[in-house]
Amino acid sequence: MNTIIFRTMAPLIVAIMLVFAVYICLRGHNEPGGGFIGGLIAASAIAILGMANGAEATRRALRFDPLSIAGFGVFIAGLSGLASLFTGSPFMTSIWLYLELGETVVPLSTPMVFDIGVFLVVFGTISAISLGLEADGGEAS
Amino acid sequence: MDASIALVAIWPFAAALLAPWVHRFAKPFGGWVLALVPGGIFLFLLTLIDPVLATGSVSARIAWVPAYDLDLSFFVDGLSLIFALTISGIGTLVVLYAGAYLKGHPHLGRFFGFLLAFMGAMLGLVLADNMLALFMFWELTSVTSFLLIGFDHTRMAARRGAIQALVITNIGGMALLVGVLLVHQMTGVWDLSASGDEVRGTALYGSVLGCFLLAAFTKSAQVPFHFWLPNAMEAPTPVSAFLHSATMVQAGVYLLARTMPWLGGTAAWTWILVCFGGATLIWGALGALRQTDLKQMLAQTTIASLGLSVLLLGLGSTYAVSAVVIYFVAHALYKAALFMVVGAVDHEAGTRDVTVLSGLADRMPVTFIGAALASLAMIGLPLTLGYYAKEEMYLGLLAWRWDDIVVLAVLVAGNATLAGVAMLVMVKPFLGPTLPTPKALHEAPIAMLAGPIILGAAGIVAAVMPDWLGQTVLQPGASAILATPVESHLSLTINPANPLIWLSVLTWVLGLLVYRKMATLRTLLRRLETGLGWTADTVFDALMFGLIGFSAAVTRFLHHGKLEIYLVTVFAALALALIVPMALLGGYAVLLPTSDLGNWSAKLAWPQLTIYEWGVVALALVGLVAVVLAPSRLIAIVALGIQGAAVALIFLLFGAPDLAFTQFMVEVLSVVILALVMTRLRLDERDHRELEDLARDGMLALVCGVGVSLLLMVVLSGDLDTRLSELFIATSVPIAHGANIVNVILVDYRGFDTLGEISVVMGAGMAITALLRRRKAVA
Repeated sequence: MNTIIFRTMAPLIVAIMLVFAVYICLRGHNEPGGGFIGGLIAASAIAILGMANGAEATRRALRFDPLSIAGFGVFIAGLSGLASLFTGSPFMTSIWLYLELGETVVPLSTPMVFDIGVFLVVFGTISAISLGLEADGGEAS
Repeated sequence: MDASIALVAIWPFAAALLAPWVHRFAKPFGGWVLALVPGGIFLFLLTLIDPVLATGSVSARIAWVPAYDLDLSFFVDGLSLIFALTISGIGTLVVLYAGAYLKGHPHLGRFFGFLLAFMGAMLGLVLADNMLALFMFWELTSVTSFLLIGFDHTRMAARRGAIQALVITNIGGMALLVGVLLVHQMTGVWDLSASGDEVRGTALYGSVLGCFLLAAFTKSAQVPFHFWLPNAMEAPTPVSAFLHSATMVQAGVYLLARTMPWLGGTAAWTWILVCFGGATLIWGALGALRQTDLKQMLAQTTIASLGLSVLLLGLGSTYAVSAVVIYFVAHALYKAALFMVVGAVDHEAGTRDVTVLSGLADRMPVTFIGAALASLAMIGLPLTLGYYAKEEMYLGLLAWRWDDIVVLAVLVAGNATLAGVAMLVMVKPFLGPTLPTPKALHEAPIAMLAGPIILGAAGIVAAVMPDWLGQTVLQPGASAILATPVESHLSLTINPANPLIWLSVLTWVLGLLVYRKMATLRTLLRRLETGLGWTADTVFDALMFGLIGFSAAVTRFLHHGKLEIYLVTVFAALALALIVPMALLGGYAVLLPTSDLGNWSAKLAWPQLTIYEWGVVALALVGLVAVVLAPSRLIAIVALGIQGAAVALIFLLFGAPDLAFTQFMVEVLSVVILALVMTRLRLDERDHRELEDLARDGMLALVCGVGVSLLLMVVLSGDLDTRLSELFIATSVPIAHGANIVNVILVDYRGFDTLGEISVVMGAGMAITALLRRRKAVA
């Protein structure tokens, strides 16, 4: 599996996949996609990088422990729900904010923050599992 | 007035939280500072005496859970006020005492915290009117008692005593909860003071009575639950003086007294209480004779005294109830004082074995005075509170009926033994020739002397004022228990023509006899005990270890560690769940051909699919066949991926792009993760399976597949309820600002579900990571 072609191509593929994952996540509110799918794509990218470069190198490249990323995801998802409490509405009432930057309008909302939380949870958890399995070495080594 | 009563119960908890810091900054006067809390509560409660005497009771309520119309209600009448004053008064002295007794102990601050928390729980318990609050405080006393008994947690015996006390009292706590709920079902109110006579008339009266009695008997250490109390003596002596003589163990007596107006008065109540109380009295009295450890001796007499109180409540006459009230106060004063004396002796002399202590009075004169005052009250000599208690309990039984005589005999025998023990505690360690002690002997510090002297003196001072005693203690207390006004008739005069005084004399003479023959009786009882071979304690141990063994066996049975069996169990359960309910409830009827269909085989037709759709179906079939026939594990995994990808394509072609997307990613990751796991296991390329295994697994797979297919067909044959989907379609863009309904549902409409799901995902990830790390550590 560890051919030179794979190892050369892997960073390129991974980079494209990660950008695509973010794109899928952000466009999810209006078109097919969303945090869950985006997270899965990003996690696949990490799995590929792990296969090519080894689990340790991938962990270093990630900078944060994957499970911490997952925990942070749950945290901001919960936090996005709490925001509405300050407006006197029930928990998880969505709040929308339209930023006008020149000609384009950028919609920001608490569901988007929530979706990013979902993205991070799925990404972190699956990455943690696949990196854990890759680093494990198994009984054969 | 309103909130301040609630504060009585809450304030000690606040003080408990601050206790460690107060102790740290106020060292070495932490005990003196913290004693201000119970002291202040005591003074506040004194101001309630007048309103309670005038009106009978004072109550307060604050909203607790307004949504359920539940109030945290408190209620102060004569009974609760006597208990609350005793708790806070003795509590003040115990906190002082503890500061000196445990001086220099590294965890003294924590100890103060536990002690104050217990005090709050106990005050809440006796002041609570709401039965749920009563239960809550009841359990809090168990928990704080657990912490206090196990305070010296490095010792095995302390841990065992703590766990035993917790288990036994919690059995009662659960019974209390059930009883409380039953009463609420019957009466519809949560307040103790509002519960009424209707309980006695219902068919469930027996169950309610059983629950309350179990709660009271476990808490108040009645036979056969008595054994936890002696083992609780592993606690430091201030705890024994406070919890396990004067207050917590009296909670059961309090509960019985409190519920007597609407639970008592029946034949069952009288018989059960008198029999169990009498048995406990005699058992505790004999137990005290068996001991040489002063603290154990006192613990056994506490069991006897609790039995006595329960017996008197069972009799339920005006005299008996008056006796309970006076006896509670007298007992709390003298028993707490005696425990403190024993603690002081232990602290200064280094031992509390009665056979090696002698002549301490020369070096510890003040301690001796405290011991003497308390012991005289315990013997029940005139001019002490104990005397009145004894007189009252005999007074109700002078009708000379046969059952009265039996009870009278039990009472005289029990009291005589207790008197004998009291004489021993007063005389043996303090008088006589001086014997060498393990530690250099000197008088105890003032903080440890204040308790015995003040409590001992209080027992005498109260007794020389019979009118005051009758009007402010006996009358309100007994009236509250009986729910009818009671007149006091205490007086100092002794009438030799009355048989009463001769019963007292008989008690004292018998007590003296017990004291003189103590050594002989002890040998006799110990021989009996060894002859018996087992005790309630050993039974408890056997039950506990049996329980642990049973749970281990259940765990081994369910959690055997064979993955194959787990999977078979899961899929067999799935197959049953899919097929059995549908078949039994006739769900498959819609799939059967009806008569108006005619020749159904002529109407069969191939579905209208395009060529590429056929291609996808073929791909799925190829994948399926390849999985089953794959020569190696890796090929099987890849083939499974092909099959999954084909399913994802079907989703895509039939208009579910989000689902298809997710399915693709899940398939990819499954293949990657499965391949990672499988290629690293040192296994053969292909599993060798027995024919019966193949048949079993194939059968299960087939049944599950058929079950799911049938289920889907049944679902599709009916009308779909599309109200929700229509609502989502209609509101997705205008309200939720999103065109992708699937995503809007996930993050907005049902965001709360998703929040739960991602938490589960993260939890699963943590568990898997932990398992992988553990494997690494083992390997």
